[in-house]
Amino acid sequence: MTINPDLQGRSYPAAEVYDVDREKIREFARAVKATHPAHFDVDAAKALGHTDLVAPPTFAIIIAQRADAQLIEDPEAGIDFSRVVHADQRFIHHRPILAGDRLVAELHVDGVRAMGGGAMITTRSEIFALGADDSKEPVTTTTSSILVRGEGQ
Amino acid sequence: MSPSFNELSAGQEIGSRTIQVTRTDLVKYAGASGDFNPIHWNETFATGVELPGVIAHGMFTMGSAVQLVTDWAGDPAAVVDFQTRFTKPVMVTDTTGTAEPGATIEVSGTIGKLDADAGTARVDLTVVSAGQKVLMKAQAVVRLS
Repeated sequence: MTINPDLQGRSYPAAEVYDVDREKIREFARAVKATHPAHFDVDAAKALGHTDLVAPPTFAIIIAQRADAQLIEDPEAGIDFSRVVHADQRFIHHRPILAGDRLVAELHVDGVRAMGGGAMITTRSEIFALGADDSKEPVTTTTSSILVRGEGQ
Repeated sequence: MSPSFNELSAGQEIGSRTIQVTRTDLVKYAGASGDFNPIHWNETFATGVELPGVIAHGMFTMGSAVQLVTDWAGDPAAVVDFQTRFTKPVMVTDTTGTAEPGATIEVSGTIGKLDADAGTARVDLTVVSAGQKVLMKAQAVVRLS
C-alpha cells in the first residue's frame, strides 16, 4: 500500500462536537497518574480562578485523535493503521480546556514526506470551543507526526 | 504555591519522580483516551507486527511525565505549550497478579530557558525507561506570575 502524496494540504472540517464533562477529566487524569486537585475538585479549580475542572495538558489528544481518524480511515489516504508509529506530538494551549466546554476540531494535513517504503505525515488539529451563539473560540492547536512504516521497516 | 519567575534560573532542577506502569495502566489509558491499538495490550498482536512485546502508548508516557511540571507549576493551566518526540518504546512486561510493575519510567526536569517578556519558563524533561531515553525534546512551557 502506498501513501497518497496528494494528501498534503487537505483539510477535514469539524465533525462531531466533543462535550467535556467532569467525569471524563477525572478519568483521563487518573489514567495519566495525575493528582493535581484542579482535575478532581471543582472548588480547588475555582480557587485557581477557573470556572470548572481543568483538563490535564494532554487531554486534547482525545479530540485530536478522533480528528486524525478521519484521515487514517479515509480509503483515499492509503494508510495501514497497524503500521503507524507516533513520531512526535505538540499541544499549544490558547486557553485551558475546562469541564463544560463543547469542542470541535478542524484537521489539516500539513506535510507528507516519503521515507523508505513508508511516509511521515504531519497533521494539525485546530480545536475550538463553541459558544452559545455558535461562535468559535480557539482553545488548543495540536500537531502530530506519524510514521507509516513500509514493508520490512 | 507557584514558583516565582524572578527566583528561577536556567539549569535549575525542578525535581524528579518515578512512574510505575502495569498492563492494567495501559488498559485504563486505552479506555480513557480512546486509543485501542492492540499493540498496547495484546502480546500476540504486538509481536505479530515486529514489536518485541506490548509497549506503552507514547501518549501515556508523555501525559504522565508532564505531571511533574503541572505539580511544580501549581496550576495545570499554566502549561501553555508541551511537545515531545517519541524515540524509544516503553516495554511493559506482564506482571498481572503480582505487586511488581511491568515497567518503570524515571522523569526529571530542569529549567531550559526563561523568557522574561512572555513571563514563561521552558522546562526540559528527561524521561528514561530501562536505561534508555524514551522521549526526546520533551519541553513544557509554563506561564508564571
